[in-house]
Amino acid sequence: MSSTTASAAALPADPKAPAAGAVKKPVNPRSAKRRRTLAQWGFIAPAVIFMALFFGYPLVRNIVMSFQDYSPSTFFTGEAPFNGLDNWKNVFNDGLFGKALWQTILFTVGSLVGQFCIGLALAVFFTRRFPLNGILRSLILLPWLVPMVVSGIVWRRIFDQDTGVLNSFLGTVGLPGDTPWLTSTSMALFSVVLVNIWIGIPFNMVILYGGLQEVPKELNEAASLDGASAWRTFRSVTLPMLKPVITVVLVLGFMSTVKILDLVLALTDGGPADSTQTLGTLTYQNSFVQMDFGAGAVVGNILILISAVFAVFYLRVNRNEGK
Amino acid sequence: MATTTQIPAAPAPAVHRPKRRWGATVFGLAVLAVMLFPLYWMINTALQPDAGLVDVGPVPTSVDFSGFTSALSDQGGNLLTSLAVALGAVAICLAISAPAAYGLAQFKLRGSKTIVFGTLITQMVPGIVIANALYSAYVDLGLVNSYFGLMLADASLGIPFAIVLMRSFMVSIPREVIEAAEVDGAGRIRTFIQVVLPMSRNSLITAGLFSFLYAWSDFMFALTLNTTDDVKPITLGIYQYIGAHVGDWGSVMAASVLSAVPAAILLVLSQKYIAAGITGGSVK
Repeated sequence: MSSTTASAAALPADPKAPAAGAVKKPVNPRSAKRRRTLAQWGFIAPAVIFMALFFGYPLVRNIVMSFQDYSPSTFFTGEAPFNGLDNWKNVFNDGLFGKALWQTILFTVGSLVGQFCIGLALAVFFTRRFPLNGILRSLILLPWLVPMVVSGIVWRRIFDQDTGVLNSFLGTVGLPGDTPWLTSTSMALFSVVLVNIWIGIPFNMVILYGGLQEVPKELNEAASLDGASAWRTFRSVTLPMLKPVITVVLVLGFMSTVKILDLVLALTDGGPADSTQTLGTLTYQNSFVQMDFGAGAVVGNILILISAVFAVFYLRVNRNEGK
Repeated sequence: MATTTQIPAAPAPAVHRPKRRWGATVFGLAVLAVMLFPLYWMINTALQPDAGLVDVGPVPTSVDFSGFTSALSDQGGNLLTSLAVALGAVAICLAISAPAAYGLAQFKLRGSKTIVFGTLITQMVPGIVIANALYSAYVDLGLVNSYFGLMLADASLGIPFAIVLMRSFMVSIPREVIEAAEVDGAGRIRTFIQVVLPMSRNSLITAGLFSFLYAWSDFMFALTLNTTDDVKPITLGIYQYIGAHVGDWGSVMAASVLSAVPAAILLVLSQKYIAAGITGGSVK
């Protein structure tokens, strides 16, 4: 590999170089420049090719697939005939799609509100100087680093109606200790949101803490000298300064929440009675459980569409931030 | 840190209200206790395996490691699979993204901006959508149930992040340093390997660390791109374990503890890089 590049780099001084074009001069600055540009592209090309294969191709493929009829036998015969809008009609006519969409909204909004509010409160708390601040702050990151499936399984144990520690704790302190956290259709989604809030707090806290460090202390001091209360200072001085960071946190939180799969599968597998089914799990169910990749692609495309709207939003914010 | 600036500042608040500062520490400890309780409970349950379906006590009174022995014999191979796949994914990720980050940061190429933009966009493509399309392509290419196939897919989790992170670091490498190396007769590749990479060490470590965590935590690709048990990372192993061993929570939790160990080790060893990765990859 390196020997070929070396010889290619040695070529320009060679009289052979003009062979590429009709120019006769031994050293042609223009073709030398082109060669340099080509060599520079060599650094970037592998990444571009990789991303085209692992992101570009799936995006296009999903659109095509959503108009194809996939069945388990497709993987033996290799045949997936086009069927027009059939997949789309089937998905939209199935009540499960509407249910999953609504539950995705509840899940996403609930998770974001919880994660953000608690994360912000903790971030503000940690801006105070007190002993062990740094150690406590970094240990809080741990839940975020553990694989999500594992967190899900641990919480599944904690939530167990009869033998879980949550109910036995609630029973001990005199509250109803028999809540069917994951097994009732009315509670399951709420419980999944609770776990996702727990997972998201560290991330929100760290980024918001970083943002708070950037807020000049003099501003807060000036405000309190002017007689503003702590809450007033926070609302009128800190929050506006923090706005760009807040937007980034919320958009990134949205991105990781809207497509969630691991956590739901580990906690409830989408049940009971589809009460925790979201667009992410529905895509998975359609494609990899029912083996109907066409239907999975339809839901996947809608998921992309929702993400795309927020991606545009995010990039606009990002661009404004990047001066 | 800067001890000179801290010395005059530190005594003042300490004299003022020492009690309140420790009050904050107590509150912080309480928050930490709540946040880490599930992880504590995981360890606690893992150490009390005979307490299969009954309520387990708040502390393991008689420590029993049989959960760990059975978890290791059932899941030990899957742990090694995870390690191999994650390390492979890190290698692929860094090999592809480090040169790209350098090129996007330092070369004035037409189209670089579009590529950076595209890289940001790819971070928003839902993984399940990728898996959906990748599965049929993997079937055609014979990459289903292969280590290499899973490494490639897992590398895709880290590559956009690594490019964005390292690029934002490499932008600040002074042009003069690179030009000086080239004047000294180093080729482009040698300049990159001997000058740029050592200078970018911290961002390389952060990017590598995060691509390891992403690949280690991956469940979705493991679940969708494997139809047999040939390549089974620990995340998939535990997920299937719980179906088969629902009564044996001790073993399930022991396996969970084992799978969380790398995260804990990484946090202790490299909290600086983790904090840099969380903020750097997202805000910039």
